[in-house]
Amino acid sequence: MTALPETTDKKLGLVIDLDTCVGCHACVVACKGWNTENYGAPLSDVDPYGGDPVGSFLNRVHSYEVEPKDGPAQVVHFPKSCLHCEDAPCVTVCPTGASYKRAEDGIVLVDESACMGCGLCAWACPYGAREMDQVAGIMKKCTLCVDRIYNENLEEVDRVPACVRTCPAGARHFGDLGDPDSDVSKLVAARGGIDLMPEQGTKPVNKYLPPRIKDRISRTQAALEPVADTPTGLLGWVDRALEKL
Amino acid sequence: MIPRQPQIDTSPPVSDEIRKTTCYMCACRCGINVHMKDGEVAYIEGNRDHPVNRGVLCAKGSAGIMQVTAPSRLRAPLKRTGPRGSGEFQEISWEEALETAVQWLEPIRKSNPEKLAFFTGRDQSQSFTSFWAQNFGTQNYAAHGGFCSVNMAAAGIYTMGGAFWEFGQPDWEHTKLFMLFGVAEDHDSNPIKMGIGRLKERGAKVIGVNPIRTGYNAVADEWVGITPGTDGLFVMALIQELLKAGKIDLAYLSQFTNAPVLVDCSEGQATSGLFLRDEAGKALVIDRATGKPAPFDQKGVKPDLNGRLERDGTVYRSVFQLLVERCLEPHYAADAVAERCGVPADRIRAIAAEIARVAFEEAFSLPVAWTDFRGQTHAEMVGRPVSFHAMRGISAHANGFQTCRALHILQILLGTVEVPGGFRFKPPYPKPVEAHPTPHSKSLPDRPLDGPHLGFPRGPEDLALRDDGTPARIDKAFSWENPMSVHGLMHMVIANAHAGDPYHVDTLFLYMANMAWNSSMNTAGVMEMLTDTDENGDYVIPRILYSDAYSSEMIAYADLILPDTTYLERHDCISLLDRPICEAEAAADAIRWPVIEPDRDVRGFQSVLIDLANRMKLPGFTDEDGNAKYTDYADYIVKHERKPGIGPLAGFRGNGSETGRGAPNPQQLDRYIENGGFFVAHIPQGADYYKPWNAAYQDWAVGLGLFDAPQPYLFQLYVEPMRKFQLAAEGHGDRQPPDHLRERIKARIDPLPLWYPAHAEADDSYSIHALTQRPMAMYHSWGSQNAWLRQIHGVNPLYLPTALWREHGFEDGDWARVTSPHGEITVPVAHHGGLNAETVWTWNAIGKRKGAWALSDDAPEATKGFLLNHLIHELLPERADGLRWANSDPITGQAAWFDLKVRIEKVAPPAEAQPAFGPLKSVVGEGPPILSRHTHANGSRR
Amino acid sequence: MHPAPSVILFTTLSGLGFGLLAFLGIGQPPVTGWVAFVFYVIAYGLAVGGLLASTFHLGNRKNAIKAFSQWRTSWLSREAWLSVFALVAMGLYAAGAVFGSVLIAPIGIIGAALSVATVYSTSMIYAQLKTVPRWNQPLTPVLFLSLSLAGGAMLAAATMVAIPLLVLAGVIQLAWWWQGDRRFGEAGSTLATATGLGAIGTPRQFEPPHTGTNYLMKEMVFVVGRKHARKLRTIAFAAMIVFPVLMLLVSGGHLAAGLAILSHLAGTLISRWLYFAEAEHVVGLYYGAR
Repeated sequence: MTALPETTDKKLGLVIDLDTCVGCHACVVACKGWNTENYGAPLSDVDPYGGDPVGSFLNRVHSYEVEPKDGPAQVVHFPKSCLHCEDAPCVTVCPTGASYKRAEDGIVLVDESACMGCGLCAWACPYGAREMDQVAGIMKKCTLCVDRIYNENLEEVDRVPACVRTCPAGARHFGDLGDPDSDVSKLVAARGGIDLMPEQGTKPVNKYLPPRIKDRISRTQAALEPVADTPTGLLGWVDRALEKL
Repeated sequence: MIPRQPQIDTSPPVSDEIRKTTCYMCACRCGINVHMKDGEVAYIEGNRDHPVNRGVLCAKGSAGIMQVTAPSRLRAPLKRTGPRGSGEFQEISWEEALETAVQWLEPIRKSNPEKLAFFTGRDQSQSFTSFWAQNFGTQNYAAHGGFCSVNMAAAGIYTMGGAFWEFGQPDWEHTKLFMLFGVAEDHDSNPIKMGIGRLKERGAKVIGVNPIRTGYNAVADEWVGITPGTDGLFVMALIQELLKAGKIDLAYLSQFTNAPVLVDCSEGQATSGLFLRDEAGKALVIDRATGKPAPFDQKGVKPDLNGRLERDGTVYRSVFQLLVERCLEPHYAADAVAERCGVPADRIRAIAAEIARVAFEEAFSLPVAWTDFRGQTHAEMVGRPVSFHAMRGISAHANGFQTCRALHILQILLGTVEVPGGFRFKPPYPKPVEAHPTPHSKSLPDRPLDGPHLGFPRGPEDLALRDDGTPARIDKAFSWENPMSVHGLMHMVIANAHAGDPYHVDTLFLYMANMAWNSSMNTAGVMEMLTDTDENGDYVIPRILYSDAYSSEMIAYADLILPDTTYLERHDCISLLDRPICEAEAAADAIRWPVIEPDRDVRGFQSVLIDLANRMKLPGFTDEDGNAKYTDYADYIVKHERKPGIGPLAGFRGNGSETGRGAPNPQQLDRYIENGGFFVAHIPQGADYYKPWNAAYQDWAVGLGLFDAPQPYLFQLYVEPMRKFQLAAEGHGDRQPPDHLRERIKARIDPLPLWYPAHAEADDSYSIHALTQRPMAMYHSWGSQNAWLRQIHGVNPLYLPTALWREHGFEDGDWARVTSPHGEITVPVAHHGGLNAETVWTWNAIGKRKGAWALSDDAPEATKGFLLNHLIHELLPERADGLRWANSDPITGQAAWFDLKVRIEKVAPPAEAQPAFGPLKSVVGEGPPILSRHTHANGSRR
Repeated sequence: MHPAPSVILFTTLSGLGFGLLAFLGIGQPPVTGWVAFVFYVIAYGLAVGGLLASTFHLGNRKNAIKAFSQWRTSWLSREAWLSVFALVAMGLYAAGAVFGSVLIAPIGIIGAALSVATVYSTSMIYAQLKTVPRWNQPLTPVLFLSLSLAGGAMLAAATMVAIPLLVLAGVIQLAWWWQGDRRFGEAGSTLATATGLGAIGTPRQFEPPHTGTNYLMKEMVFVVGRKHARKLRTIAFAAMIVFPVLMLLVSGGHLAAGLAILSHLAGTLISRWLYFAEAEHVVGLYYGAR
């Protein structure tokens, strides 16, 4: 089971637009809520009202600052969850067969009934996508809301991951990245979507759209030509302009 | 080879039932689907049909389940048993609680109703609470607008009959350049996030003006890291650039604004600076067709922007001429403002040029005909795809009113308000000042107040003053210190009541306002005022009645606690009479209803007010025989009529098919519930832009009951009521300001836009601006009791810009002592490069007092989290004349939180953030050690 | 990586235990009867104790048996099988030695090979992880094996073999440290590659995703001061290699051998603590570590 499928019929995943994400954490909490109530064990919180609250989250929003040579520093909000890698090291290291990559859609899942909570898959993941639940003692990870996206009890429009459904800015897109004609694939092509840590060789399915170039206006926009410099001059110009109206 | 895989159920049942109601995790009021399993809340998501959020939901909204199960929820009425501030209470019955409240309140009402000061904080039922206060008879009522947004609400409504905040929105579908000023993510947040997402999708440009580059400013294409308090100067420079280049919409200005209205340009007369009006009171313009004066709204009139008239030796000139002269003053030139604003002059010029390019070169038209109030039909709707939005960064400064005015003037000069691609109002706006009430403050024993408390003064005659000229209200709203304080001044109530200035009160009644912590300036001082005793050992503020749902810091300082429900356990209405949830193309309102029943002995506050009103037989709540009109708030929502046929909810009136106007419908709440908890009435196409002047919109608004008759109006580039206050300060009229305020009124309450430094009194040694902003995932103090949200923001460092960081040799993990003229705090610091070089900032209201919110005493919120509030005083330091002026906007009284300036020094890390206060005794204990459960139909719980 | 006692004990003790079993399997020393019994108690105590320690950190021990299922792909699963095979093979061999006073050489040799393979598979659990560049180097299995055999040789009282093996292990340990210190840089992961923001400039963490901690940070972001680490390396090296070699050279007595072994064990434990504590997981980049 922990052998990776040679190919998957689809490559379902997320495209995250770093130019649009405002860092509101909506996806973080929608994910927490859905996955506490659904697939597998609830996501627990230890010491929830105390000095060191630690909970399981399957999606977290980081914030980075990056300063270009010729402009002010930029803050980039950076949501991160499982990237459902094509060459997922978390799957192959698993000794119990709990971790697997689905052949039909490429979703990487943990079969909780087989997980012994050794944590090796979390060690193998470069992205920090897996968190061991401290109460359940088993590994939790993004399921791409596998219990939503095919769920016939939901309206078709709602058959998307909870994080995508809730994202207020529309910075998260869900689709088949294996299909070059899908909306997500076109978005990745148009915006130059990238892989995280390509050097790790994991071939992540999720893609990130980099921030657009910022703070260029002083270079691209020339000042306006004055028609007058004084109130009297301007009012004269207005009179002439009004004649033409 | 396809490996074996487990078979999983990809179609599990999602829930037993979905109950649709309205969120209350912030002021956004999104529609939510509450998924129920086994009668318990299992999951909360956004409601796709809802006009506010269309299915999306923020972190707070999704975390609502943790608010509804929070251990901090109050459980029963409480009577104080220990000294104030100790947190020692005894649980009592509701009957005892209500009878105690009546024993306190009824004698006040019979003798002198103003001895009750009733102020509400995060209240979303202000039309109801004000109705209660009005019927009680006290003038001392307001909600929290005075420390939130009042100067921007006032500037917007006096200028253009509508305001920023959530009262209007950019035309997200058409705008190509969106410029936002000081917009943090705390109001209207989902709609703005959705809008920005839409702009990004279309490749439109966003320019963020904010000292701090986070949130919306992080995704802005251009970030203008302005120095706090100088936005108005920057805007005036943009205006000057545009004016000099003739990049203004002359047709718009002449038709839809008071730019052509004639102003008396004499000096020293009682009419100086007032408009020339005809006998009917209509402002006059010069008609370009005839060259003669004519009423502004006369059919066919072609108002002349450059009008001038001499009559009886007095020269009258158009507002436009005065405005041009003001805006072209050399100190508003880009080069003159650049250094002060922290924005290079060439950048200001480039932004002005970009605004002009998009407004005029990318102008477009919608092929929709419409007829204006002068009867002229326009074949199409001209669109100018530049829009602006502004919030806290403008409002929380002492020059916020005038800054906001300047920004509105910029919008209006470009012709980008209520046009396609520009800024649009949401019903019930547009609504001119004339359609709003004036303030009322006459209280008499055993009588209701003479009218609504809050309103828009037209001049000195509307101020809330006693016969001797002293303030009539405890908060000194509508007094000469802040004549246009249209939301009242909640932040001054405790200080004034403690000082007996203008008088003492007997009972302070607060709702959902954490005044003993993050909702007050000078927090430690407020705690002292609340516990201070007179020479007899009695409390200076004799009785404090408080209602809240949670164990906030304020609980310990009250004498009697009326525990409120959580938002999923109550009825509420989000009413058009109040702060509705409309969109630019639709009127909308909504309800909350008990999707679960409380498991504690708590009651919805509004129902409690009705119970109290019935016990005291308040007029408005009881008939002539003293019989109760309403049994509870739900009953009030359905039955109450403000005017015949107009009630709190506009939908499903009469027989269920009537909208806006109609008899009360006993099934109305059921119909709302069936409809998803809300009601929407769409504005017809052709009526949805140019609303202030659009006959079709005006007729639609009358039909809906927003107005009783069409009331088109002009945008007020020149605000005549302000001139009337100036005239009084110049010595004209019966009502005269005290002498020490005359110069300030003359200088600040200027009918034309201007900029003045927000920190006129500042001591130069405090050179660093200190700001707070509210994180998107938290709302006020509420987030910390939420087990999910507090993991995201459990501590708040003070962020320092690169130069300061290096200058002081800070490193990660360091702490700093921050000093203001009022106090000092010692707090953890962090580095932020995308920050104005003269500014530091932190997240708001993360710091908590030990013992509050059911957190343990070692909670990071209580040991590392901190408030800037300790550095801010409600009064400014003493002036040369010995007076201490309020730390507020002199026009509206808006609390000037963001005028704080500080000094910073590196210090050794203390054990805890300073100042540290002793723990309060928790009235709810502490929360559980572990949360791990899901709701399952089989009843299994972990 | 968090230096959890369970994994430190596991790798150290089972390494020693299987090292001893490997020597016993090739008839070093060729013991039988009661003497053999004592040797096997020590060897099994260490090997099985180590294996048991490794289960302490399991979140859900009831599924531990499933760890045998994925031998095709998982080094941990392979280790489970190999250890069982090794223990069974050596068990048979031991039974012969203890109860029958016979040394069945073919079984012993198979058992020894399986013991070595077990140690190799243990090392590969770590060495395979690209996410921890310090471990992801060819010398990692060599280090584990050389320490296991050196320790095994000491326990087997094969002094003349133990000394060169200790020296060899010491050289490898030094080479491993030297190489390990370079591995993170060589692997090429930075916050820039982790975020893809390198095209704009050099990114740094502005705010963590949560102000508190989490499983990832507790498990994989462990910071040990450089000075502190250098001191510990010196102590570990002295205790693990230098002192035992000196003791073995100076004296052939039981006391010296015992002290050498205890010193070696203590040094190995410190070295293993460092093995985890100094290992930086690339996920730390996302949390501003490094």
